[in-house]
Amino acid sequence: MIRLQNIEKVYRTDTIETLALNSINLDVARGEFLSIMGPSGCGKSTLLNIIGLLDLPSKGAISISDQKTDHLSDKQLAQFRNKKLGFIFQSYHLINDLQVLDNVELPLLYRNTTAKERKMLATEALEKVGLANRIKHFPTQLSGGQRQRVAIARAIVGRPEIILADEPTGNLDSAMGNEIMDILISLNRNEGTTIVMVTHDENMAHKTHRLVRLFDGSQVQ
Amino acid sequence: MLKNYFKIAIAVLRRRKFFTFISLFGISFTLTILLVLTSFLDKIVGDSYPDHKRDRSLYVSRMSEIRKDNGINSGPLSFYFFDHYARSLKTPVKIGITNGANNTNTYVNNKKITVNYKYTNADYWDIMEYDFVEGKAFTKQQIDRGDKVTVISEDIKKEYFGDVPSVVGKYFEADNIKYRVIGVVKNVPVTSYMTYSDIYLPYTVAKSDFTKDKGYSGVFFGILLANSKADVPRMQAEFQSMIQRLPMERKEFIKIACHASPYIVSYVDTGDDNRSGVTMVLTAVGIFVLLVMLLPALNLVNINITRIMERSSEIGVRKAFGASSNTLVYQFIVENIILTLLGGVIGVVLSFIAIGVINSAHLIPNLVLSINFTVLFIGLLICFFFGLLSGVYPAWRMSKLNVVTALKAQ
Repeated sequence: MIRLQNIEKVYRTDTIETLALNSINLDVARGEFLSIMGPSGCGKSTLLNIIGLLDLPSKGAISISDQKTDHLSDKQLAQFRNKKLGFIFQSYHLINDLQVLDNVELPLLYRNTTAKERKMLATEALEKVGLANRIKHFPTQLSGGQRQRVAIARAIVGRPEIILADEPTGNLDSAMGNEIMDILISLNRNEGTTIVMVTHDENMAHKTHRLVRLFDGSQVQ
Repeated sequence: MLKNYFKIAIAVLRRRKFFTFISLFGISFTLTILLVLTSFLDKIVGDSYPDHKRDRSLYVSRMSEIRKDNGINSGPLSFYFFDHYARSLKTPVKIGITNGANNTNTYVNNKKITVNYKYTNADYWDIMEYDFVEGKAFTKQQIDRGDKVTVISEDIKKEYFGDVPSVVGKYFEADNIKYRVIGVVKNVPVTSYMTYSDIYLPYTVAKSDFTKDKGYSGVFFGILLANSKADVPRMQAEFQSMIQRLPMERKEFIKIACHASPYIVSYVDTGDDNRSGVTMVLTAVGIFVLLVMLLPALNLVNINITRIMERSSEIGVRKAFGASSNTLVYQFIVENIILTLLGGVIGVVLSFIAIGVINSAHLIPNLVLSINFTVLFIGLLICFFFGLLSGVYPAWRMSKLNVVTALKAQ
């Protein structure tokens, strides 16, 4: 499903070169729930951004669903992300000026869908995360757990094959974190969605199928 | 998708009210200035009352005598110049002679009234088509006899005589001379400098005898009327040829420059052949309009960059979920156009208010401004264009933002 070959990421400034990722080789199978762990600054988020085609590697190749992603144009990358990938961020990244329903509809705006279809799909996604009664609310009127559930609804509304979650429980207390984790596990089990999750939390990581550990940009497990 | 953009545009406008105020103020104020300015120009250029024969008239407003040291004596002309030299031309069928309005004070019931007065000849009344509320203009015979008669404007009639139905036959005192009112005309705006006045007098009743001075310079303007529009170029050429034959008044003069020009050209005549008034006015208006439009546009670009920078997290999210750079440029431009059009609508409302205030305050005598709908349409079009322009650069810049950087910016 996801294949990373010899991925390297170097950040360059005028005076310093920092090696953020070094020779990462990783295969993620369809339907797998993989977690990535490691200390702060070890390159977990960088790796997730590269898998999500939000950032480019300095070296190496990525293929997703048997499709090579290098040489894709800005427009092609946008379409690829829109159809294949869904993102969940630690700080939710909801648009506070838009109501919950509009936030969830966002990925569908970049597809050929009618307003009616968008509303139907977004409501359906919100039902899955138990927030169908909050569609008219603004993000600032919700708790942290509710916001993250909205973010999950936004990630799944376009029915992507892969969900990339960057510390989805990082800003939540353990009860809410467990709730979010349960939703992700159910998505993986019931819908067969492939999930790659970055986490600091060993307990959460152990709920996934496989754990990859990074240290100083290199894969150690 | 447009509905979504509209929603977010309105939300963004409401979020930072001060920025919104600055943006909207810039746009609406600019449009107001343009609309009021063009309303003035429209009045000056477009409103021809009582000068309805402009298409077959030429105007002589000043003469310049250039000295050997390149100095210039420039100003209006003498009555003699028009009555003697211009009168010798064959093409003009009428030569109206008048001066710019002067003012004097008069008293009614111990109340001081400032009265603008001007002198005219008889042809002036044949060329100009004043609307007479009552009475008529003075005749050549009355002028030749030096009859102390006057034609007055509606406004001064009301101010001097009060609300009375008729004043023809009554006397109007100005400068300790009593003039018999023989006609009342509808008001002329002060911007029509050749035709505006409160009272009109025969040139023969002036304290100084204008016919005595045989020099070229004086206080008068002339209006040459051709028989038809087709005769105007011939009349202009004939006038120019007459000017070239004019003898120099003094030894130190080397050249005389004087033109019979269409109304607009004469309005801005500098009297200097090397500095065309039209070019100068067009340059000045061009620079003014450019500055007036450019400053808010730059301001908008700046504000837009700040506004959009604040939304870098949103840009990151949109890109992550499938928006291409072009889609984002489109979104921000649409938002900006909504903002500028909103500013445009406010500008139109402000213009109506400003023009209403100017009209009701009588800042400029007899000038009734009105919105020119062509200008309004062009103004809104300009707003749309500037909305596009001031939105493109910030939008393009922000659309190139790296997704990861954008997401981290929150």
